[in-house]
Amino acid sequence: MKTSTARAIQCSAALTAAGLLLTACGSSGGSGSGQSEPAAAASFKGRGPITYVAGKDTTGTVQTIIGRWNKAHPKEKVTFIQLPTDADSQRQQMIQNAETKSDAYTVLATDVVWTSEFAAHQWIEPLPANRFPLGKMLQPVVETAKYRGKLYAVPASSNGGLLFYRTDLLKKAGVTRPPTTWAQMTAACAKVRKLPEAKDMSCYAGQFQKYEGLTVNFAEAVNSAGGQIVDADGKPDVDTPQAKKGLDFLVDAFKDRTIPKEAITYQEEDGRQAFQAGKLIFLNNWPYVYSLAQKSAIQGKFAVAPLPGLNGPGASSLGGSNLALSSFAKNKATALDFMKFFTSEESATYFLKNASLAPPYADLYDNAALDKQYPYLPDLKQSITKAVPRPRVVQYGDVTAAIQNEVYAALTGKKSSAQALKDLQGDLQKLTAQ
Amino acid sequence: MADTAIPPDTAPHAPGTAARRRPGRLPAPERPRRRAPSRATAGTGRLAALLVSPTLLVLTVVVLYPTLMALDESLYGPKGLDPKTGFISDTEPFVGLKNYTDIFTQAGDRFWNAFWNTTFFTVVTVSLETLIGVAMAIVMHRAFRGRSVVRAGILVPWAIPTAISGLLWKWIFNANGIANVVLGHQVLWTADGFSAKIAVVIADVWKTAPFIGLLVLAGLQVIPKEVYEAARLDGASALQQFWRITLPLVKPALMVAVLFRCLDALRMFDLPYILIGAQKGSVETLSMLAQNEASNVRFGPASAYAVLLFLYVFLIALAFVRLLGADLIGGAGGTKKRKSRAVRTPRRRVREVTA
Amino acid sequence: MTLTAKWRQWLPHLGIALVVAYCLAPFYWMLVSSLRSTGDIFSTSLFPSSVSFENYRSVFSPGQGFTRALLNSLVVAGVTTALSLLLATFTAYAMARLEFRFKRLILTLIIATSMFPVVSIVVPLLKLFTDIGWINTYQSMIVPSMSFTLPLAVWNLTTFFRQMPDELEHAAMVDGCTRGQAFRKVIVPLAAPGIFTTAIITFIAAWNEFLIALSMTNKPSMQTATVAISKFSGATTYQTPFGSQMAAGVVVTIPLVVMVLLFQRRIVAGLTAGAAK
Repeated sequence: MKTSTARAIQCSAALTAAGLLLTACGSSGGSGSGQSEPAAAASFKGRGPITYVAGKDTTGTVQTIIGRWNKAHPKEKVTFIQLPTDADSQRQQMIQNAETKSDAYTVLATDVVWTSEFAAHQWIEPLPANRFPLGKMLQPVVETAKYRGKLYAVPASSNGGLLFYRTDLLKKAGVTRPPTTWAQMTAACAKVRKLPEAKDMSCYAGQFQKYEGLTVNFAEAVNSAGGQIVDADGKPDVDTPQAKKGLDFLVDAFKDRTIPKEAITYQEEDGRQAFQAGKLIFLNNWPYVYSLAQKSAIQGKFAVAPLPGLNGPGASSLGGSNLALSSFAKNKATALDFMKFFTSEESATYFLKNASLAPPYADLYDNAALDKQYPYLPDLKQSITKAVPRPRVVQYGDVTAAIQNEVYAALTGKKSSAQALKDLQGDLQKLTAQ
Repeated sequence: MADTAIPPDTAPHAPGTAARRRPGRLPAPERPRRRAPSRATAGTGRLAALLVSPTLLVLTVVVLYPTLMALDESLYGPKGLDPKTGFISDTEPFVGLKNYTDIFTQAGDRFWNAFWNTTFFTVVTVSLETLIGVAMAIVMHRAFRGRSVVRAGILVPWAIPTAISGLLWKWIFNANGIANVVLGHQVLWTADGFSAKIAVVIADVWKTAPFIGLLVLAGLQVIPKEVYEAARLDGASALQQFWRITLPLVKPALMVAVLFRCLDALRMFDLPYILIGAQKGSVETLSMLAQNEASNVRFGPASAYAVLLFLYVFLIALAFVRLLGADLIGGAGGTKKRKSRAVRTPRRRVREVTA
Repeated sequence: MTLTAKWRQWLPHLGIALVVAYCLAPFYWMLVSSLRSTGDIFSTSLFPSSVSFENYRSVFSPGQGFTRALLNSLVVAGVTTALSLLLATFTAYAMARLEFRFKRLILTLIIATSMFPVVSIVVPLLKLFTDIGWINTYQSMIVPSMSFTLPLAVWNLTTFFRQMPDELEHAAMVDGCTRGQAFRKVIVPLAAPGIFTTAIITFIAAWNEFLIALSMTNKPSMQTATVAISKFSGATTYQTPFGSQMAAGVVVTIPLVVMVLLFQRRIVAGLTAGAAK
């Protein structure tokens, strides 16, 4: 670490003007406004080697993009530090790094729900908004990168839930269009189940194991019924008739077996497996399922649609990851340029084409060539533009735990949905009051 | 005992041992115990200090230092959020013993739940592991051929990293996994409930019974065959031999194995965490609770949980040492045992070892 | 041959078969799962419909750095075991053979150190090692690993040394051996099964360590096998690379078993040979 510091100082002496570097890195897709900004540039000093910290990437795309950067910036090389695949371990490692005020991590790939916590602890730096082409990005996605109205991260990729459904069965049962409401969905199921080949199938599943996926699915149900978990000011607002309708959809579906009993243990992969094995007619999952299911037994027999809701198309929860800058890092000027490069439209296109990562840029979803490669893109865009971020609170870990506890109790019949929501409202009030 | 032949030239001729060899003779229990260097002289004191200090030094650095840090940390509360700036303050407020009193008041339900889970897992898994481990050791000890292969084979569960075995069992206990196929009935093992407890117990027992098995086997291997011969001549049944001879003789090794298993089980973390998941009331242990607090950046309360867990483990260990471990430290008891060993033939021992 | 005699003859074999089946059945499932192709991975058939090595290929693909990780694990676990056994042998000898004050206290202290949950000692240690520049070094993993291997080794060896008859050692000393020689030539060889078992158990405990290794390293070239496995990922975030995780599990387990098989004769024979001199 000491040697890299020494080199960093040399480098920062050798390379001075920020404008020079931006030309050198050749990133396109920038709005051009970031060329010079004295106020921000003052706090982002130092040029030299940095690190990029993210979960392991097997597609090799991250390394390719970093390789491109390193080729153009031999004196400001980026090293990729790979963390374990599960998000909890990644967060834990980043927090440990911040707690020891280590400069080992420079640019962090953060989950969309971590922004508030990381920003409030000042583990990450506020960023100059005008250096990034945020205007071209989908607005809900940009919102996930803000804390109290200030930008703390840059969206790198996005994600939204989709409704996967069996086209072959729906067609056979005479259902011509994918459902847009829950009622339509259950009605379609009733018809499909009358088919001899579908009589043992279950109707619908999402992720209902007690983990982050349950928060995602609960938030989707509540938002799709017109409710919300926290209001615009961040105050809990979950004990409402709308929220109850959302939760009741899940509770009742478990009761009448619209959702199979075993789905209480489902995470993403379990649901995908059940869908691919022909056990489900509808599945709520992330777009990653698409390319895998295309290689399975149901190849060509399924399609996607936006999530259904109570009275019309529903709202998805937002996934994806942002880039943030560690407060304890060195060479922040380099880091800022790298973040701009990594989140550029050009990079996003590359990630979409080669790693099927949903881009934060709006116009990529309307690209005909890309739509051909990923037929789900228009639906995904609809899903993301209508998506609602999960509660953006500092104590997100506690909030999501409280949600999972109460919702799980309701789904397993230990509590009525009304009681669960009332208790949840109380828990959330306590948590956000701190 | 072992049928592996030893080349004659490897037969031990340790100086002085041959003269004392009295094969086949059982110890005379009334013979007083003799220990020449047992008086605590200045010389042995210095030697002991020299021998013990490296261990203590290493443990001070890697355990005592962080433990004291954690103890100190447990007196501080979580950092507060300044509602105006929206930032968490830099310093943690000193709260004294509040983290501890909170545990017994407002966070009480969760703490006691975790406490009972921890206790349940420890009692159930360690008992089962002891039974299975001892059975394994006896079976392996009886094996004539291929003992080393079997011994390496039973290492497999213990050798698989916990994280991987957690995944493996999660797979086995999947709603559509092999466990349910074998049972012919769908049990939702990984849902939050009693079945989750069972799943953790099964996976843990499978993984760690070999640990006890191996240590007990090592203990069995140093029991002289003559003891059994004498017992058989006296007409003792197999069961009697086990209760009267085998068990007392392997007790020291077994006790250490059980003690360390208890300490590990009391701190159980990764298996339930990976197999069932975080924040599941039915399997949440004290370690998981501490980890959960730490992961929510409340290092003070996390340390308080860790300290309480430490105290709990310490009490159990102390009870062990007092009740059962006397012969380890050299208190009363176990004299007879050591006697019987005094007459064991070294040659026999070597055979067992190479077998 | 009477029926009972026949039983007596077969019972041990039956017992062995049961023990082996109990230990290996889940492992067999791991092996079978690792040999299935990605599309076939959720199958519950007892044999893979077609044997596929794609999971093993992905484990050893250059990008994973798994070979290097195995080597790192070997170094860390090997050195930890060697150091722990060395220090523990001295300490255990003093505990088993010498009378001195505070013995009970010291033995209690040693065991007390293995009682603090690892999750709570990682952060202070990380701070300490960051300050002294130990991040990404072998010692940053070896030294903390000794926190749990050393107490185990000390207690185990103490038990085994105490089981050795005093008389042997005294006789050796009467014959002109120093205390050290008597220890080396008489006690250690006789306690060989115990020492060897302790070594195996210590080695495996260190080999399986994850949290410390994860926290103390951030360079791929320094990560251990368990850390490398945690970084196995599917093509996308949510896809669990179950097959390659199982393959990796098999890969980290088999060398241990082979090593134990190879070494148990040699090491133990080597130790006992000392007694013959």
